[in-house]
Amino acid sequence: MTDLTPPPDDPARPSIGTDEWVERHDERLQETRFGQAVGRVPSAGWLAGFVLLAALLPLVSDSQYVIRVGVDTIIFMLLALGLNIVVGWAGLLDLGYVAFFGFGAYFYAILSSDQFDIHWPSEVTVPIVTVACALLGLLLGLPSRRLLGDYLAIVTLFFLQIFITVVTNADRLEIPFIGHAVNFTGGPNGIPGVDSFDVLGYEIESVRQYFYLALGVFVVVIVALALLSDSRTGRAWRALREDPQAAELMSIPVNRLKLAAFSLSAATAGLTGTIFASLHTGVFPTDFDLPLLITIYAMVILGGAGSLAGVVLGAIVINVSLEALTDPEHARWLFYGVILVSLVAVLRPWRRLAAVLGGLVLFGFALHVIVDAASSRWTAGAGAGNDIVARAVDGWVLLPSDPTRIGNIAYVGLVAAVLALTLVRGVWRLVFLVPVLYLAAFVWENRLAEQPSVTRLILLGALLVALMNARPQGLLGSARVEIV
Amino acid sequence: MIDWNVFVQLTVNGLTLGSLYALIALGYTMVYGILKLLNFAHGDVYMIGAFIGYGVLQALGGPLDPSVPVALLIVAMFAVAMVGAGGLGVAIERFAYRPLRNAPRIAPLISALGVSFFLQNSALLLFSANFRSYETFSLIDPIKGIHEGVLNISLVRILVIVTAVALMVLLTFLVRRTQLGKAMRATSFDREAAAMMGIDVDRVIVATFFISSALAGAAGVMSGLLFSQVYHFMGFTAGLKGFTAAVVGGIGSIPGAMFGGILIGLAEAYSAGYLSSVYQDLIVFSILIAFMLARPTGLFGARALQKV
Repeated sequence: MTDLTPPPDDPARPSIGTDEWVERHDERLQETRFGQAVGRVPSAGWLAGFVLLAALLPLVSDSQYVIRVGVDTIIFMLLALGLNIVVGWAGLLDLGYVAFFGFGAYFYAILSSDQFDIHWPSEVTVPIVTVACALLGLLLGLPSRRLLGDYLAIVTLFFLQIFITVVTNADRLEIPFIGHAVNFTGGPNGIPGVDSFDVLGYEIESVRQYFYLALGVFVVVIVALALLSDSRTGRAWRALREDPQAAELMSIPVNRLKLAAFSLSAATAGLTGTIFASLHTGVFPTDFDLPLLITIYAMVILGGAGSLAGVVLGAIVINVSLEALTDPEHARWLFYGVILVSLVAVLRPWRRLAAVLGGLVLFGFALHVIVDAASSRWTAGAGAGNDIVARAVDGWVLLPSDPTRIGNIAYVGLVAAVLALTLVRGVWRLVFLVPVLYLAAFVWENRLAEQPSVTRLILLGALLVALMNARPQGLLGSARVEIV
Repeated sequence: MIDWNVFVQLTVNGLTLGSLYALIALGYTMVYGILKLLNFAHGDVYMIGAFIGYGVLQALGGPLDPSVPVALLIVAMFAVAMVGAGGLGVAIERFAYRPLRNAPRIAPLISALGVSFFLQNSALLLFSANFRSYETFSLIDPIKGIHEGVLNISLVRILVIVTAVALMVLLTFLVRRTQLGKAMRATSFDREAAAMMGIDVDRVIVATFFISSALAGAAGVMSGLLFSQVYHFMGFTAGLKGFTAAVVGGIGSIPGAMFGGILIGLAEAYSAGYLSSVYQDLIVFSILIAFMLARPTGLFGARALQKV
């Protein structure tokens, strides 16, 4: 009987009954001088360095596209920070989070567009929207007083569904005593022509200005959250996450804290929504759907739920990767790069790594030659792009002339093969790794690369499952320690 | 004055829809009863079931020119979809939930969310975003059925209701009368104690996942026959409604899930007929909230004692 959880003597697994910090005491002493120096930099220093680097981006690059990706990344960082409050700190699974983002964006759009011919300045609108979102969050948080994790998840998910339904259909709402239908949200067409940000008479127009605006908001939010994290409230949230009953016994006001978490995270989402709406000069119901929710969750989980730096890192890694996927040549670099890096990281000693990589290359070329000799139909297709990797890949991966059907079959086979691979141990795992990786490359070249919008969603779903099973604490989060 | 024609028609619609929801709700309730896990991916298993049924239909010649008798074709669609969906459920349990059985509660939920999203978009990749149609009208004559006064039930609806009832009877028999059912009840009552009594808990959990997913697969084929369309996103709302049905009936209770399913089906049909078809989700949602706040244990659920 093979089990996926590491055996109790596995060093990767924190042992039950010992505090992790105590357990790793010796390990810390062995750190290099460089490692110790890195550990001594205060978090304010990291933040300052990060913000300085980020602020340089629009100066280094002239490309509108790069700055645009930068703004989107900051918006995602803000969203991930907001979600982290409720999921990472308070441990409540809020699947309606995106609805607050959408509500903020829509409310901002209604208060500053031709929809009702209201054009209030941003210094008035933004506080109103943020407070309204906080109140809405409080409202959705109310059931959390009585509901345990799973029930809460489904209620919030339903809330998101309702939000989308209402927004898509609220273009002809019958209001009593008015007599005619009122168009609130523009229905499926959304609200176009939202005013740009206008702070104290200073209008923000270009993407570059938005970049600095978003960065400023980010600094304010993350400093506030960092202070909050170390405060009484922050510690109480984490106590609540670990064990609500124990927390209650320690006279922590559990219900009030849950509501506060919901409310604060909703306010962050709403604030981000205002920037989003004005940046895109419009809001549309499809912007606030399930894929966005999963994306933000993947960011928080990948970076490490509960860790501010982790969440920011997760947002950067995921948004930049997703952006790279839209371009076929970048996507190919990313795909082979990630495979190579994870092989280097996982396979020790280096002899194994060399064996797998060598085997992979030989396997591919051998198969390509054999199949080409048998039937040229299998190698007749062409991959996207024309850089050096594309040409190398063309002679290595089979590219059939009609890839859709065979690609679909191979995709299902790949999923099954990857799952089976997790069951195999020892040297056989290495042996099977080679054909599975080749199959992955085959599916990637023939099927996934041509549909980036679907591929990114598949990868996000798979990432969530894989992370939860292999490394639930994410990149920078700390592993949960059971003290029994 | 109530138009009885409309009322009876809505009731029939509600009952068919309700038996569909009941089958989905059973899956939620069984898994929840044993693992205390909300299986988010359940709705997507239902969707995959519908696609498997479609695949069988195409493989056996398509709805216009089936190569086997229609009755046999429908039986084959149900059988393959149930086995396929059941296998998928077992795989999901093995790879996404079992490693997390002792993790904090939020971990398997997020994993389930990932599985659901993965299945949904894999279906989008494999079958594209187009709606596929079972073309039931050429398979089963829409004119056939019971037509007595105000009562009009087409043959498809009869088929769906009868199959659902048969499956539920079978399930009740399995849970009440067989060794496996006894083991399932014991495991859901207290997993550790059951393991100490020599019950192979892993086997029971696998069996539970197989049965609940097979029911979802059957529901998928039924929805394909009823609405004649299959698409990758169909599992999401159906899953939400199935879950609502399970909560209304009292999660963990099998008769509760059946009853809750019928109730939600009727509520949806009546609200679509008399109020607004756009906001029927809102009405189901309100029922869910009302139940969760007023009676979280549902209609049939026993008040759970919380042991600390």
